[in-house]
Amino acid sequence: MQQFDSVARTKRHDRGVGDRIFKAVAYGSGIFVLALLGAIIVLLFIGGLPEFRSAGISFLTSTSWNPVTEKFGAVVAVYGTVVCAVLALILAVPLAFGIAYFLTELAPSWSRREIGTAVELLAAVPSIIYGMWGYFELAPWLNRTIEPWLGHTLGEIPGIAPLFKPVAGNASIFTAAIVLAVMITPFIAATMRDVFLTVPPMFKESAFGVGCTNWEVMRRIVLPYTRASVVGGIMLGLGRALGETMAVTFVIGNSNRISSSIFAPGNTIASLVALEFPEADQGSLHLSALLALGFILFVISFIVLAISRLLLNQQARA
Amino acid sequence: MTPKTVTLALALWAGLPAAGMAQSITGAGSTLAAPLYQKWAEAAAAPTGVTLNYQAVGSGAGQKLIFQRTVDFGASDGPVPAAKLAQNALLQFPTVIGAEDVVVNLPGVKADQLRLTGKLVSAIYMGKITNWQDKAIAAVNPGLTLPDLAIAPVYRADGSGTTFVFTSYLSKVDPEFKSSVGAGNAVSWPAGTGSKGNAGVAGAVKSTTGALGYVESAYATLNHLTTTQLQSHDGAFLKPSLETFAAAAASADWGAAPHFAVDINDQPGANSWPIVTTTFVLLPTNPANPTHSAAVIKLFGWAFDNGDAIARGLQYIPLPDKVKSQVRAAWKTLK
Repeated sequence: MQQFDSVARTKRHDRGVGDRIFKAVAYGSGIFVLALLGAIIVLLFIGGLPEFRSAGISFLTSTSWNPVTEKFGAVVAVYGTVVCAVLALILAVPLAFGIAYFLTELAPSWSRREIGTAVELLAAVPSIIYGMWGYFELAPWLNRTIEPWLGHTLGEIPGIAPLFKPVAGNASIFTAAIVLAVMITPFIAATMRDVFLTVPPMFKESAFGVGCTNWEVMRRIVLPYTRASVVGGIMLGLGRALGETMAVTFVIGNSNRISSSIFAPGNTIASLVALEFPEADQGSLHLSALLALGFILFVISFIVLAISRLLLNQQARA
Repeated sequence: MTPKTVTLALALWAGLPAAGMAQSITGAGSTLAAPLYQKWAEAAAAPTGVTLNYQAVGSGAGQKLIFQRTVDFGASDGPVPAAKLAQNALLQFPTVIGAEDVVVNLPGVKADQLRLTGKLVSAIYMGKITNWQDKAIAAVNPGLTLPDLAIAPVYRADGSGTTFVFTSYLSKVDPEFKSSVGAGNAVSWPAGTGSKGNAGVAGAVKSTTGALGYVESAYATLNHLTTTQLQSHDGAFLKPSLETFAAAAASADWGAAPHFAVDINDQPGANSWPIVTTTFVLLPTNPANPTHSAAVIKLFGWAFDNGDAIARGLQYIPLPDKVKSQVRAAWKTLK
């Protein structure tokens, strides 16, 4: 083995300039990405440092966001970001699964390409379009129909009633979550469809052969086979949901308060930073707090990625 | 063609554009004043030979850009503090006066029917008055039936000079608003939802039944929003109009304020509209490029002489003549 290696290495050295340049470029690109990531984290942290110093731990525990008194806390924005993203995932994953399953197993073959293209096109719609649609069409409609209905049904159940308390105004966390769900569904569905197609037909045919139903094949054969990629697709969607700015800004109501009701307006980190950044004074605590929020969004994304890796590893071992 | 004529033609060709060439200047900042500056520049291009590239990036960003000398002038709705002006070597002068309207979306209520006071508006934004049938609103609106609807206050979600002026007004008329919320480009609103930009607030008020919001006056007109009457400092209920805006501008005490940083909100006077603001231009006192600064002065000098009609057409109030001559005197100190 050792010998093999050294033979291969000497050979590689002999191959000349082209190879060496290629190697350098490839190495450089890889390291560049790492360095860029590191530089962004470090710069965000340095930018946020004055605020971390001034507010200390209270930046992570305070629900106030007051540019006038310069008292900043991340809780409201973090809460809005996480709740929106999680609600969006809850809505989007079953839908995306349905689309992918339909496209790979149920759809008549003539319609697969058309519907598949439509899903991919949905993923290509710019977020500002989703924002405007959400703002002008979806939000008023939800406010007239779905929200009162949910209030009268789920809102009557003791315990979870406060979640569905009606609030004046169209914009809400609920609206933002639905817009986000529509935006990330195509991503997740496209990934799921692609990986479902990678399952060797022989596996599926064998399962059908021993009398499995459609659902059993999906549950016992396809899903276990594609688990890693399915989780990857969901995480891709979650990543987009966490960082989405424009569409959310339009429909979330941009209020820096935490309310028990999902029909109340809220804010997300990305939206808050985008809105207040242009008017935050140079060198002010306000600007620093916004950069600190950016750093926290980075950390949240990192935690999400780490958890998904951890889940995958555990499943792989089991 | 003799070589001589060719040379002559070339000289002419090279010389002509230089002589007649428009001087190009850049400015950035206030969104409130942006429509006006663009119209002014369009009209002034031919007579002055100055072309303007103006970016409506917001007052705060406008200040930043002129501090860094990225642009030839900055534009800000809120005045820059004197210390900062000195530190960044800037001359600050007003260009025009703009007003803000309080707008509502209430079924059955027409423009300028509803009466509001500064205290009521403040209580609504603090979440203390939440229904249109509240007794305090009914008390100033005898004879007007209001629907049993929740009030949905709408504010500017992005940092903005419009918010600075509006919250300054509310802080002036309501001490409680001043202590619990305060004035700023962005504040911590106790109630309501935020929208981006004047246009965003206008849109949100239009699409939400029961909404109340504040917008720069031109946007209320453009979007056909339902404006309301506001109580003036002297207690009368006024309709938003060019006359009441102009009355507010005239009653301000311009002489006393250094750097023209006069607060013209809630001025005394029987006919003074309460929410009014001056918008400012910031010009370097030590310009890296004096010809550009001179061109900026040329442009606004032209606008002071010839731009009043354009301003009124866009719902802005031209500065009183007295103030214009004070500004002209300030320009002379630059040369």
